[in-house]
Amino acid sequence: MITVLTGQSETQVEAEPGTSLWLNADYLEGATGWTLKPEGFCKDDICVPVPADGSETFARDDQVNVSAFWDLMGKPSASSAAGDIWYLGEDADSRNAELLSLQAPDFTLPDFEGHYHSLSDFQRKKVLLLTWASW
Amino acid sequence: MYEQLQGEDFEIISVAMDADVEAARPWVNEAAPTYLTLVDRDHVLSSLYNMVNVPQAVWIDEEGRVVRPVESGGSIDILREFDPEAGGFKPEAMERAQAAKTTYMEAVADWAKNGAESPFAFSAEDAAAHVSQTSDDKMLAHAKFQLGCHLARLSRDEEAQALFAECRALHPDSWNIFRETTERMEGGIAAGPEFWAKVMALGDKQYYASVDMEGMPD
Repeated sequence: MITVLTGQSETQVEAEPGTSLWLNADYLEGATGWTLKPEGFCKDDICVPVPADGSETFARDDQVNVSAFWDLMGKPSASSAAGDIWYLGEDADSRNAELLSLQAPDFTLPDFEGHYHSLSDFQRKKVLLLTWASW
Repeated sequence: MYEQLQGEDFEIISVAMDADVEAARPWVNEAAPTYLTLVDRDHVLSSLYNMVNVPQAVWIDEEGRVVRPVESGGSIDILREFDPEAGGFKPEAMERAQAAKTTYMEAVADWAKNGAESPFAFSAEDAAAHVSQTSDDKMLAHAKFQLGCHLARLSRDEEAQALFAECRALHPDSWNIFRETTERMEGGIAAGPEFWAKVMALGDKQYYASVDMEGMPD
């Protein structure tokens, strides 16, 4: 069993821990938001073609090397030493484009009673988002 | 004061950037705020909004658009005006800090009332110009930090600490990463010798970047 983390999701998937994150195509979308299509590795209207180098670096049978695609896309990933927990991050160019678009990124976080709230619950209101910490 | 501003068209979302929810809870219980108070164990907002310190604030309008990007709210950089002999900040620094708080809160009140008409809400062009951009190293730091927080919750502390050390090196400007992952003093405050050494090494850099707002002291 492997845990795949993104900024906003945590998914458990049946897969082998290792130095690369190989996922069955069936689990791909649930864990990463991306899918494998004939055009390549796709999300929304973006598709990254599978490099046609004849190797099985990126895909073999019904398995996709997600960490290799992440590298190819210039996105950061990190894994535990045993390769059983993976974090799939966002790249700086995408994040900067989002920041400069001025569209406030949505988030979902718990309150102190464990109930979850999203920024998007407050559409049509002005929101002062304010951080603090105990430390 | 903030609480009085809440109404049909203005909301405050306060977020504790605390890996340990229980460390933050007493503060919430003490303040008993009427506004929404959330906890961000993995500092997701640091990555999403490119935040580096607390407090930081963002103004978001009715359309979900940022009209003031991340800034230090009403906090200004007086850290190096601590007077060890007196055991407190110099009176002049305290006055400036108080003036900054008041100025900022009045600006928030003006925006809560007047929205886009408020002189404190930036135009889209000005808001974009105030966006602080991230970098590949910072984004890798956020990835490793969030993985480290997850591992720490599984009591895999050694792995977590190794990742946190990498994060601090990758994103040295992040006080959120630094203070969350380094030594705590009595009372849980991350202001030990390591913290002060880093503050003193800032040189010309600020601990809290100046807020670009009329009437706001540096």
